[in-house]
Amino acid sequence: MSARYSWGGDEFIFVELAEEMSLQANFKAVAITNLLREERPDGILEICSANASYQVRYDPDVLEPHAFLEHLKSLEDRVGDALGVTLDCRVVEIPVLYQDPWTTETLMRFRDRHQDPEATDIEYAARINGYSSVEEFIAAHSGSPWFTSMVGFVAGLPFKYQMVPRERQIVVPKYLRPRTDTPKQTVGYGGCFSCIYSVRGAGGYQMFGITPAPIYDPRQTKPDFTEHKVFMRPGDMVKFRPIDRDEYDESQAKAEAGEYRITARDVSFDLQPFLDDPDGYNKRLLGELA
Amino acid sequence: MTAPATTIEVRKPGLSTTIQDGGRSGYYHLGIPPSGALDQYSLAAANALVGNGADDAVLEIVYMGPELRFTGPAVVAVTGAEIAPRVNGESRPLWESFAVAEGDVLDFDYLKAGSRAYLAVSGGFDTRVDLGSRSTYVIGSLGGVDGRPIAEGDVLPVGTGAAGRAGLVVPDGLRPAMSKDVEVRVVMGLYDHRLTDRGRATFLDTTWTLTPVADRMGFRYAGGELETVDREPPFGAGQDPSNIVDSPYPIGSIQVPGGVEPIVLHRDAVSGGGYMMVATVLSGDLDIVAQSAPRTRTRFVEVDLETALQLRAERKDRIARMYAALSD
Repeated sequence: MSARYSWGGDEFIFVELAEEMSLQANFKAVAITNLLREERPDGILEICSANASYQVRYDPDVLEPHAFLEHLKSLEDRVGDALGVTLDCRVVEIPVLYQDPWTTETLMRFRDRHQDPEATDIEYAARINGYSSVEEFIAAHSGSPWFTSMVGFVAGLPFKYQMVPRERQIVVPKYLRPRTDTPKQTVGYGGCFSCIYSVRGAGGYQMFGITPAPIYDPRQTKPDFTEHKVFMRPGDMVKFRPIDRDEYDESQAKAEAGEYRITARDVSFDLQPFLDDPDGYNKRLLGELA
Repeated sequence: MTAPATTIEVRKPGLSTTIQDGGRSGYYHLGIPPSGALDQYSLAAANALVGNGADDAVLEIVYMGPELRFTGPAVVAVTGAEIAPRVNGESRPLWESFAVAEGDVLDFDYLKAGSRAYLAVSGGFDTRVDLGSRSTYVIGSLGGVDGRPIAEGDVLPVGTGAAGRAGLVVPDGLRPAMSKDVEVRVVMGLYDHRLTDRGRATFLDTTWTLTPVADRMGFRYAGGELETVDREPPFGAGQDPSNIVDSPYPIGSIQVPGGVEPIVLHRDAVSGGGYMMVATVLSGDLDIVAQSAPRTRTRFVEVDLETALQLRAERKDRIARMYAALSD
């Protein structure tokens, strides 16, 4: 299907590449916005790539809107179906303490906003996705990598899309009404996306666990943040690794001392070979972390 | 020998007073919004009155003013909402530059109209710069004073170099009206195809009332329910008819979660999410939204892109005339 273009007032052009989520739609968004970033014509203020859409903020006094929109369409044509696109990405390992005391305490405070007040968020997610136990569900959540399809909502928060065929994807609704509190570095879930809350705050995603790895550092005092305040970028492929409380405490102490480093490796990622054999491709990808 | 730079001591912070400037650009794709003064016209006017650059840092005052003590002389000006400044208890005019002396205390009368006032000081507030801007973005702990609103006991540094002149006045005709009945111009689009004709008519025909949820992130309105087109939810969107696969949110976009209570996202917007947006407020009309107090009756008026660009040009011209009036 072809993309849908819309004016967002006098300063934005909004482009929906597909109505439903897919890795291919996300690849198109990343590839088109990468091309635009390389060209960087004068008058562009923001280029925001998202799950299956993107937007550009521009100065219409510098870039004539209709001509600019036609140019964006030509970029879409150049990218085509994105199957031949190779992206420079990273494989990143994020340790997770599932069913940790902090998100558990928080979810208990907001049971009145949940679909199943009798269960915890992860028990509910395991049940409605047909897993016989929470352990089995954790194995599925942490067993394959996740593609960072969008960074945003708040500063540095990554949305992650599971790199498995659709019939194996986990789908969980968001809370009925959003919470007013979510611990920092909560690993959450809404729709078909996993996320990591970069800062404490409101949120509507189910809470499964917490990572000791900081992903946002506005003062840039930590070793992973010498160049950027935000760790995660679109294209990062994340492997969640279940850890126990001892390892969490140890890593958390390191993070507080400003010594914690996230394990990450540079890789290139091709869509077609992945779609042909996701499990084999993932296995090779995760081998990079060994 | 030069005199030590003036600083400003915060005796009372006001309700939620923040350092803001023209805003930051180029980080929205990481979830970091532009921030900056919500009413950019009043920002430009306040700065022009004291001889600053148009985007220099000022204090944005919401509903209730701070109490500030000056350690040295300065020229200041207050624009935006009708909340009269006082020097040592004596009233000073809005939209006009005036001098303060060492030891003077500046505070504010109660708010009479509008929502946000802008206090500029010659030289500008010289607080931390994060990602190219001094604007406070509280959620991300950026800019301002340690990334937060000002607090009692803070000492705010003032830049040097600008020479302000007292007695400059923005003429009446170049001051925005502060009204409880406003029209906000929008370009329809984004996900407005999710609305039925009736839903669309409801959006444009309803006189919406601004709720108390009206902050730097967004302004929420009550008044009606928008009918949506039936559909099979696309994969990844969610079950509610207002859900979409999480997309980026334009600044000024109007989202309608659940089809009720439209939210205009402002300059501290969440950068993306899963609710349909049906229109975008013109960048210049975000100033009108910024000055709306809770209970303000609001109509969203549709314009096409060509009209939007013409209104944008008229606004630019108005700012140019404001500068011209101050440089005579």
